[in-house]
Amino acid sequence: MNCRSEVLEVSVEGRQVEEAMLAVLHTILLHRSTGKFHYKKEGTYSIGTVGTQDVDCDFIDFTFVRVSSDELDRVIRKAVAEFKDALGNSGSDGMGQISLEFYQKKKSRWPFSDECIPWEVWSIKVNVVNLANEQERQICREKVGEKLGEKVINIVEVINRHDYLPKMPTQSEVDNVFDTSLKDVQPYLYKITYQITDSLGTSVSTTMRRLIKDTLAL
Amino acid sequence: MDSDLSPQDKKDLDKFIKFFALKTVQVIVQARLGEKINTCSSSSPTGSDWFNLAIKDIPEVTHEAKKALAGQLPGIGRSMCVEISLKTSEGDSMELETWCLEMNEKCDKDIKVSYTVYNRLSLLLKSLLAITRVTPAYKLSRKQGHDYVILYRIYFGDVQLTGLGEGFQTVRVGIVGTPIGTITLSCAYRTNLALMSSRQFERTGPIMGIIIDHYVERPFTNMAHMHPCSYRAPGEDEGGTYAGIEDSQEVCTTSFSTSPPSQVMPSLSPFHLVTVRRFRLFNADFSFVSSAKFDSMFVCVCGSEVKTVSPSDALETTFTRKVGAFVNKATTQVTTTSLDLPFAAFAPRAYDLQENDPMVHPPPSPAPSSPLQGSLHSNTSSHSGGQPQDDFVMVDFKPAFSKDDLLPMDLGTFYKEFQNPPQLASLSIDVSVQSMAEDLDSLPEKLAIYEKNIDEFDAFVDTLQ
Repeated sequence: MNCRSEVLEVSVEGRQVEEAMLAVLHTILLHRSTGKFHYKKEGTYSIGTVGTQDVDCDFIDFTFVRVSSDELDRVIRKAVAEFKDALGNSGSDGMGQISLEFYQKKKSRWPFSDECIPWEVWSIKVNVVNLANEQERQICREKVGEKLGEKVINIVEVINRHDYLPKMPTQSEVDNVFDTSLKDVQPYLYKITYQITDSLGTSVSTTMRRLIKDTLAL
Repeated sequence: MDSDLSPQDKKDLDKFIKFFALKTVQVIVQARLGEKINTCSSSSPTGSDWFNLAIKDIPEVTHEAKKALAGQLPGIGRSMCVEISLKTSEGDSMELETWCLEMNEKCDKDIKVSYTVYNRLSLLLKSLLAITRVTPAYKLSRKQGHDYVILYRIYFGDVQLTGLGEGFQTVRVGIVGTPIGTITLSCAYRTNLALMSSRQFERTGPIMGIIIDHYVERPFTNMAHMHPCSYRAPGEDEGGTYAGIEDSQEVCTTSFSTSPPSQVMPSLSPFHLVTVRRFRLFNADFSFVSSAKFDSMFVCVCGSEVKTVSPSDALETTFTRKVGAFVNKATTQVTTTSLDLPFAAFAPRAYDLQENDPMVHPPPSPAPSSPLQGSLHSNTSSHSGGQPQDDFVMVDFKPAFSKDDLLPMDLGTFYKEFQNPPQLASLSIDVSVQSMAEDLDSLPEKLAIYEKNIDEFDAFVDTLQ
């Protein structure tokens, strides 16, 4: 099975990085999260309800929709904050890439650890620009808002192709497909990584902490 | 072909399409209400949240959607459309976008209805939630209030896009294949917001639409086309129940099977009454549209105040104009300043201008939403009788930074009462006459005393020198 890969590019001002990334990542996760599964006997299960929340950006003329889960929001915000700090500290021209990867776990026999097989990867390339005055910033607010709107449309287009999605798992397999660590929603297993491109153009790979719930480790 | 579909699957599919259509309308209209939407996730399925999404049901919107569907379902050649338009305070209207739920003939026979179709419809609703915040009408709807309101209209049948002007864009939200056809959801939105003037737009009377309004007390039931879609409730509990589907026979499928298709087990739950809450109108100076999607800018409309529409106000939203900054309605200003008064611009214009002002319609029984508006009306009523001498215009005294609230002693009254020091008792006429007489009588005695003590007085004067 080939992993589906999508690349999005945005150019933003420094203070817009966080919100732009949150907008894109939350839009993707909105589509890649379900309600909590409740398994019953006879192999049936019911699904909880996913609420949604509008989020207004402060530095961009844009509103995005995210899943109503404060836990998930905290995790994503932390990841984006780390990316933003890395981008700021790199001393480069301000180019980097944050990736959201959805994967499935495949159980391996001992002593081999479980295999993580990605089935969808979203890469968001970020180019940070510096602006000279307030007028440029105001124009940037609006333009980045429009660009993010286009990105949302792109995301929706990809999602609605209804390409490969992992099969709905049985109760014993659910942790191989979904992240069941959250109380209120259940996204597909995902991890967020980022790379900062230094001024020479080479990529310095900096892997973030894995955001998976390893049920075997408990 | 329907014959390939089992009766249960057919029944489920029809139910899914029906509720998908109703939820689609809810999402679109709620996204144009003008404020942020926030619903809670729930790990325990309640059985009343269709497509596993927390989407509230505004009763009026459901009612309108069901009325438009009239018992039919969106199908091949029968599209359900939600038209969003804008109506200014001057009566100009313009279609902004049309959302179309259509079905084409491309069938997917092998797809599982109770599982795959259901989940894909859920995904499509999520996409709709995202896309409704992206089209240009969203920003306009967030700023609606004084100068314009956003209306919606639901119709069934052929899609009508001519009202969107030239160069409209289309965005496809998504598609879901089913055994009886492929459901497609898309949005066509206007890009050309040309000058809004009465010459460019026909004043065809009441707009075919429903005001997405906040202050309306109850639905306008006596007008064919215009209905407010507000809903109100005291203290809605956000984490509580969602609006239940009116039809108690319909429950949503929340159970799925991981084994080969088995009987779907619907979980029944009592349907709760709608808990509603009142939305607040946004006040914003609608001066220009900053989105680059529009080719041209709105003309600045003068600031005006949308008054609360009272229950007896049937259809009209009435407007009381106040002069605001950047007003470019020259005629109004000229008329106002023709009054030879200082600060004539701040004088209430109602008494002379309202008869000539097409924008202002005398309300049958105004019920102002705030005391401020109430005081404006009191100005109007006090002058509507027409004084014989109109040399002076009574201006209601409103001190700066004061709230014209309902307290008996407000800042204005206090200021008026204690503006001048109280009259000296000795200066009041009645009292002074009496004391004057007494003073005159006692004068000789006083003079005698003073002459006796003249040495003391001289010594006192010496100390002062």
